[in-house]
Amino acid sequence: MYAFNYHRAKSVDEAVKLQKSASEGSFLAGGHTLIPTMKQRLAKPSDVIDISGLKELQGISVAGGTVTIGAATRHGDVANSPEVKKAIPALADLAGHIGDPQVRNRGTIGGSLANNDPAADYPAAVLGLGATVHTNKRAIEADKYFKGLFETALEQGEVITKVTFPVAEKAAYMKFPNPASRYALVGVFVAKTKGGVRVAVTGAGPGVFRSADMEKALGASFEADAVASIKVSSKNLNSDIHASADYRAHLVTVMAKRAVAKANS
Amino acid sequence: MPTVAMMVNGKKVSADVEPRTLLVHYLRENLGLTGTHVGCDTSQCGACVVDIDGASVKSCTQLAVQCEGAHVTTIEGLAQGETLHPMQEAFRENHALQCGFCTPGMVMSAIDLVKRNKSPSEREIREWLEGNLCRCTGYHNIVKAIAAAAQTMRG
Ligand SMILES: Cc1cc2nc3c(=O)[nH]c(=O)nc-3n(C[C@H](O)[C@H](O)[C@H](O)COP(=O)(O)OP(=O)(O)OC[C@H]3O[C@@H](n4cnc5c(N)ncnc54)[C@H](O)[C@@H]3O)c2cc1C
Ligand code: FES
Ligand code: FES
Repeated sequence: MYAFNYHRAKSVDEAVKLQKSASEGSFLAGGHTLIPTMKQRLAKPSDVIDISGLKELQGISVAGGTVTIGAATRHGDVANSPEVKKAIPALADLAGHIGDPQVRNRGTIGGSLANNDPAADYPAAVLGLGATVHTNKRAIEADKYFKGLFETALEQGEVITKVTFPVAEKAAYMKFPNPASRYALVGVFVAKTKGGVRVAVTGAGPGVFRSADMEKALGASFEADAVASIKVSSKNLNSDIHASADYRAHLVTVMAKRAVAKANS
Repeated sequence: MPTVAMMVNGKKVSADVEPRTLLVHYLRENLGLTGTHVGCDTSQCGACVVDIDGASVKSCTQLAVQCEGAHVTTIEGLAQGETLHPMQEAFRENHALQCGFCTPGMVMSAIDLVKRNKSPSEREIREWLEGNLCRCTGYHNIVKAIAAAAQTMRG
């Protein structure tokens, strides 16, 4: 790891200022993406600004049909939250299958969304439920937040403060995990929401995306059979040592079917 | 260099460290607590698991400076004098180790599981061990040991 200066921010405002005054400042939340990347010398921030302990970024609350999760809330806290389990069980279930217990004891929702790994789980829930990402500057709808491979609508020095999820009528997430890393080879989040059915796919392409064909079919009939014969095109999907684009396309249909069955069960 | 102070195995320790010092290196090199191992550089093997403020954490993916004021327990902090912790004893009784490289991390992780779930099923134990790799045992005896320790710890 290259050397850097470490700062423990006392507030979001201070974190933003510290980031601005650094030549290359990086926020640190759970560290479970940033530290491995720095260890491999793929990232070399001049300054690391620790925001993990900030009270204003913590906590889970449910009110008026909305689940609010502070950006520095750990995966394990979302997975074990009785409120989340009750309001959006699919979200708690998703968080409970991220990586392994030690990853969940440290990794945070804000870190996961800022990083936007193409195989990460949270992006599927955020896009699938039509959540809103709140920052120190603005509120960004899920449909406008994800911009493809590790790209998001966040600007330099913008801090995610919380995420708000509208409670869905029904929802479920199914992932086919990479057996070594537990990241999603393919993961599909389906939700029956007030605004209609939403289907979000992670792991398969360069970034999380919605399947309009599946949403239409499930809008007409929210049954596993409705998506059984719908295939997403493998044209823009990932191909690597873990799976070919064709296999990933196949898995999207399988995971979508299973997710709908789970949502209905 | 910043100074960091924390409690390790019940003792107050403090040192000047470079911010890039990982907790695992601080434990091993500054404090001589070499029971905590490093088995990978991708945060996947779990040989480095320690307890920080009541949660199992990979000490290779944590900066020492992040632990200011924290309570850290390593494998060396478990036994009471000559008496092994029930989890350590169960690993010995059940032949849950061969080379022993993964064992400290397995034990620290397993204690966190049993704290949260007093009677874990075999499946729950196996799922919990997702972040702990063992190249020798094939896991069967590790799973047995954890179930046995859970029973002892329930009393
Ligand atoms: C072994 C292993 C297995 C994993 N498996 C999975 C898996 O199955 N599924 C999955 O989804 N993820 C997985 N992860 C990733 C894990 O969920 C990470 O914790 C997460 O992606 C990043 O969150 P973090 O809090 O650790 O972020 P950090 O590593 O602290 O930060 C990551 C990036 O986000 C930025 N950032 C952090 N917080 C904010 C904020 N509030 N506002 C703006 N920017 C911010 C940082 O500056 C940095 O650039 C795995 C990680 C490991 C090590
Ligand atoms: S050394 Fe492998 S996970 Fe920490
Ligand atoms: S006993 Fe050798 S790695 Fe587990």
